[in-house]
Amino acid sequence: MDDLYRELILEHARQPHNFGTLAAPDMRHEEHNPLCGDRVRIELQIVDDTIVDVRFSGRGCAISQAAASLLTDELRGMSVAAARALSKDDVLALIGIPLDRNPVRIKCALLPLKTLKAGLYGVGSAEVAAIDD
Amino acid sequence: MSAPPDHRLSLFDVVALRREFPILQHAQAGKPLAFLDSAASSQKPRRVIDAHADFYRQTNANVHRGVYRLSEEATFAFERARGKLARFIGAASPREVIFTRNATEAVNLVARSWGEANLRPGDTIVVSAMEHHSNLVPWQMVAQRTGARLRGVPVDGHGRLDLTDLDRILADGARIVALTHQSNVLGTINPIALIAERARAAGALVFVDGAQSVPHMPVDVQALGIDFLAFSGHKMCGPTGIGVLWGRRAILEAMPPFLGGGSMIRTVELEQSTYADLPARFEAGTPAIAEAIALGEAADFLSEVGMGAIAAYEHQLAAQALERLRDVAGLQLIGPTDVHERGAIFAFTLDGVHPHDVAQILDGDGIAVRAGHHCCQPLHAQFGVPATTRASFYLYSLPEEIDRLVAALTRARAMFT
Repeated sequence: MDDLYRELILEHARQPHNFGTLAAPDMRHEEHNPLCGDRVRIELQIVDDTIVDVRFSGRGCAISQAAASLLTDELRGMSVAAARALSKDDVLALIGIPLDRNPVRIKCALLPLKTLKAGLYGVGSAEVAAIDD
Repeated sequence: MSAPPDHRLSLFDVVALRREFPILQHAQAGKPLAFLDSAASSQKPRRVIDAHADFYRQTNANVHRGVYRLSEEATFAFERARGKLARFIGAASPREVIFTRNATEAVNLVARSWGEANLRPGDTIVVSAMEHHSNLVPWQMVAQRTGARLRGVPVDGHGRLDLTDLDRILADGARIVALTHQSNVLGTINPIALIAERARAAGALVFVDGAQSVPHMPVDVQALGIDFLAFSGHKMCGPTGIGVLWGRRAILEAMPPFLGGGSMIRTVELEQSTYADLPARFEAGTPAIAEAIALGEAADFLSEVGMGAIAAYEHQLAAQALERLRDVAGLQLIGPTDVHERGAIFAFTLDGVHPHDVAQILDGDGIAVRAGHHCCQPLHAQFGVPATTRASFYLYSLPEEIDRLVAALTRARAMFT
């Protein structure tokens, strides 16, 4: 169990990077996990197809907050095309904790990615649905 | 750690009783299992597990059908279980005991059958914000179909029903009052007998969700003065897939059938049918026979321990837990702080630690608790929290499990601060 709460996760959960909002974001989207009420909002500032700034806000467990913190770190400077191509496995590799036997907590870890994809592709898109599969 | 009090031994020997529960003998990740999620589902004693398996080994046949001996034996065992459940809740007759899949189906049965036949536009269904979704959604659905509306008895800041305006609420078109006997989040035990008396005076029926009370305290439907009681088998040491609806005979007899099919009919023609008497009228199709028999065994088990003794033991655990949880830094309990108003269910938040993380960290110490909204979103909304962690106790819980809970909560908080 304590594998889930490695120092990296705890650090990001205690003091998440990129937490806050942007004054004039080019993309803003919020998703929630209806099972536990967790919410994640992601805001992107995009210049010439590059993500130049990013913030997230919301509330949730250590796993979802750390995942949002790590994901947003990754997004800064990334091309929109590369952000669109981010996969479930990319995010799981990023947070680096074993969640394969924990279907409930994997939803926590993937909520930020789901929020990003829903913002980039639209709610209900196949790319968003793929995260739940 | 303080030593567990010895006076519990005067109620029953919990250490000996725990040996009857096979699952409690298994360690979880090298630690003894502290199962503090009995409000979600209880563990089962060996004799209940055996009663279920023995039915399939020795007695299995469909009920109310065959004239051969095995079918007669199965029918006898099934109906004897109904009698046990009737006695367990003080029903006037076993005919008033309807087997359902679970408490949820029992609520749906009454909401659909009684509700659609009796509710009219402008009628009120009185509920509360502390109801489990299963005692809200079925009533919302029937309200949509009939034009009736739901009205909530307010819940105060300590998680108790505020009955100040009850008579006014009842006078405003109330046809039925659907309330929980004990909240599955707050632990609050509601004064059902008092509410039932006032509802009766106002001409409203009383439906009680007993999912959290029937397993934990003596419940006598006639003493309570209520009209319907719903409860689940799996929360009272019985199997899943079986629940009970009890209703007053005259009311049940006047209700149209819920589900149609075999068993619930008297005569069937191609275009119309007449329906069977109680209880078959509300039991379409082959019932959960083994589960009903095993539930009867669970009722016997609980009665032999003594429902009064179980309630008294849980009251002691609740008093200790209340005392100890108060000392955990950053812990906010949701629900009554007076142990006389509550049972041994504790929902709380821990500053800086999300309930999911609390539950996961506790799991690492072999402690099973529940995290989430516990099927009570309106209640969590009222208290302004999206989710809570919940620890719930039962007759097999140990005082030292409270110590383990407190130690693990303290450790969880330390990880995040």
